[in-house]
Amino acid sequence: MLKITDISKTFNPGTVNEKTALSHLSLTVNDGDFISIIGANGAGKSTLFNAIAGSFFTDEGSIELDGEDITLMPEHIRAKAIGRLFQDPLRGTAPDMSIEENLALAAGHGGWLSRISRKEKQMLREKVALLNMGLEDRMDSPVGLLSGGQRQALTLMMATINPPKLLLLDEHTAALDPATSAKVLELTEKIVAENRLTCLVITHNMQSALSQGNRTLMMDGGNIIYDIAGDDRENLCVEDLLKMFKDRSGKALDNDRMLLTKDE
Amino acid sequence: MSNLLPLFQTALELGLISSLTVLALFLSYSMLNVCDLSTDGCFTLGAVVGATVALAGHPWLSIPAAMLAGVLSGFVTAFLQTKMGVDSLLAGIIVNTALYSINIAIMSGSSLVNINKSETVFTKMQAWLAGIGLDKFNKLVVALIAVGLVALFLYLFLKTKIGLAIRATGNNPDMVRSSSINPVMTTIVGLCVANAFTGLSGCLLAQSQKSVNIDIGSGMVTIALASLLIGRTFIRSRRMGFKIAGTILGAFIFRLVYTVALRFHMPAYMLKLVSSIIVIIAISGPYIKSKFPMIARRFKRAGAKKQTAGEGK
Repeated sequence: MLKITDISKTFNPGTVNEKTALSHLSLTVNDGDFISIIGANGAGKSTLFNAIAGSFFTDEGSIELDGEDITLMPEHIRAKAIGRLFQDPLRGTAPDMSIEENLALAAGHGGWLSRISRKEKQMLREKVALLNMGLEDRMDSPVGLLSGGQRQALTLMMATINPPKLLLLDEHTAALDPATSAKVLELTEKIVAENRLTCLVITHNMQSALSQGNRTLMMDGGNIIYDIAGDDRENLCVEDLLKMFKDRSGKALDNDRMLLTKDE
Repeated sequence: MSNLLPLFQTALELGLISSLTVLALFLSYSMLNVCDLSTDGCFTLGAVVGATVALAGHPWLSIPAAMLAGVLSGFVTAFLQTKMGVDSLLAGIIVNTALYSINIAIMSGSSLVNINKSETVFTKMQAWLAGIGLDKFNKLVVALIAVGLVALFLYLFLKTKIGLAIRATGNNPDMVRSSSINPVMTTIVGLCVANAFTGLSGCLLAQSQKSVNIDIGSGMVTIALASLLIGRTFIRSRRMGFKIAGTILGAFIFRLVYTVALRFHMPAYMLKLVSSIIVIIAISGPYIKSKFPMIARRFKRAGAKKQTAGEGK
């Protein structure tokens, strides 16, 4: 469903700050895949997401989504098919606007000059009720007054209110406290399962990288160094993963958060 | 009392007319988060176009003409900053400068146009109101109708999907893009609408004072910002209707204070200094307030040091 062929991206080419963030990366994602991505800081995980979502255009290579070439498609048009959540819970919502207004924009029903209809209000309220956070009674309050976890849950609802073909989750629970994080994760799994979404997740938790979903990718130096699925993945433990990384890249995983995260 | 009432009426008329520019900034500055520095030139453009069309014998046509001119000016400003890579403040300044030449060109090379003898929307309204003996209030009625319509339009507009998208663009453009909306489009639409109001404001002021000179709009952006910020301190409601009402109130209060100050022999040329100071206080006030605990601590520490030094002697 997503076919990435030989993409590369170099930032600040020709300067002392030149950085090859993606180097001849290819990846095929199948329909219904739930892929966890791990890697050291600067491995190119978020850059890969930026390339898929269209935050920048790649220097070379092509990206196909559901048979359509999206390599040069602007970000806001790709957003119709690609939902995305960031680590920063403030990034996905407009703080001065109400919960209802944020959701209505994401839902995008009706013409430009139409207002939020009563029917739509009802629909949005029901959607928010699914989050189980009591937000359905605060539809008119500004999103800026919500907690980080509530905002992230709302962003998740906004990203999936029109089920996208592809959902990109960039450590979207990393900035939340453990209890909220677990709740948002649970919600994510529920929404992904219900809509049978194809999903890519960047995580720093080695354990969940192996237990969550059906495939694990490990990235280093702007490329994918391991792509593990099926039985190989079943039999793998965190220690194996760390050893594999060291063998391949010649260095230990230096993602400090990764090392500090205990198995849950 | 008898000579205070006309004074109040003049303040109300001028306040209402300039409140249209304040509403324009409410849209561009408060909602879209773009500080549109082409406001001065666009205000003059509206005045010049309005006066020229009225002079040609079409007082009613002057209003849509001035608004359309504003839309064009807003479009250029928005286009420069969204599609041509020009910084948004610079885009406003560039358009403002260019409009100076354009405005003089529209006035056929002169920097002053007199429309004393020509029909305006105000003289038309005066003729109508004479029938019911209210011809003294012609300016007030025209201004009230214009502000009422613009405020109502803005209220409804900001609740539409495009209105929500414009508000979101000023709030979090990332979120707009991820909602499959192009923030370039919302910026262009927002600035076109805002500048239509600015053009209308200039058109009405020119016709009410029956003349227009090239300096009619100079300092308008600061005056309008001052009014906007005054209104915000008076009405702090989160509801859109109240915010819009607060904006109009701000413009009126500004005019009233100014008129009163004139009565107390403040020279008229002080207007722009006063409006600048109001903007400075309104914007830097909250900033300094947030810094205050730190400043207080620093003073305390300095005081304590002095004391220990004194004890050491």
